[in-house]
Amino acid sequence: MTLRVAVVRFPGSNCDFDSLHSAQRAGTEAYFVWHRDTDLQQADAVILPGGFSYGDYLRSGAIARFSPIMPAVQKHAAAGGPVLGICNGFQILCEAGMLPGALVRNGRLSFVSRPVTLQVEQTDTAFTNAYEAGALLRMPVAHGDGRFAASAETVRELEANRRVVVRYVSSAGPAKGEDNPNGSINDIAGICNAQGNVVGLMPHPDRAADPALGNVDGMGFFTSVLTWSSVAATR
Amino acid sequence: MTYTVHVRVVPRAGILDPQGQAVEHALHALGFGAASKVRIGRAIEMTVAAKNADEAREQARKMCDKLLANPVTEDYEMEIEG
Repeated sequence: MTLRVAVVRFPGSNCDFDSLHSAQRAGTEAYFVWHRDTDLQQADAVILPGGFSYGDYLRSGAIARFSPIMPAVQKHAAAGGPVLGICNGFQILCEAGMLPGALVRNGRLSFVSRPVTLQVEQTDTAFTNAYEAGALLRMPVAHGDGRFAASAETVRELEANRRVVVRYVSSAGPAKGEDNPNGSINDIAGICNAQGNVVGLMPHPDRAADPALGNVDGMGFFTSVLTWSSVAATR
Repeated sequence: MTYTVHVRVVPRAGILDPQGQAVEHALHALGFGAASKVRIGRAIEMTVAAKNADEAREQARKMCDKLLANPVTEDYEMEIEG
């Protein structure tokens, strides 16, 4: 049976097709679910794609998190089901309290759209187990509100429990200056929940998962779910 | 009864506020060296139907906690007119 991946579309999602295409290229049966639906249609995994849901009104993700589909997404995650939030999807997961912290205005205020280098620090997640620990990936960021912020205690807890999944780095070591595109605390680009089934990141693996684009570094985010234990066990 | 509720949401102290910093620099460049600790937030004004001012305040507080402010990064204050 093919693994089913629901890509949730909100009004203002604009990376919905990128995520759908990437998930399909990974060999899953990916399909769209509208934000006003309340049923994930037997999804094995869920992707909240990038974009500007509700025009980023109030705060990025603040209104989308109350969409009718979200209780189903939360129930799916609470049962151990994989949920990936990319960019605006990450913002929605934080607003919904499914991941800690918040994504706030970039440190230099400007919208940043360019490739960055990431290091994979945590591979025991539903979306990064296809990577080697320490792998360096190149993929684009495209956001205005991507600076991860959280209380000192939350950041300590994330670091102590190795819940930083990907971090901004330079190709030769820790991030310096512009290597961190938004001023994110501890150069954090993506995090996971304690169980590793919910992952959010600001960079776009969905824009780096097709040879036609000249970069497949992001493909692992879409293939990892095929080998994630809780999903694999049910096949 | 209806009450006018003014909510002010500001970035929590200790959270870098690059907008506030940029505006502070601009003020200094314009000769307003007296300005410091500039913070930029948002103002929300609404009409709330309630039996009395306390109930209006309580409802507005719930709205802030649930949607209008992000408890991770923002603080809020409100004033009730009615």
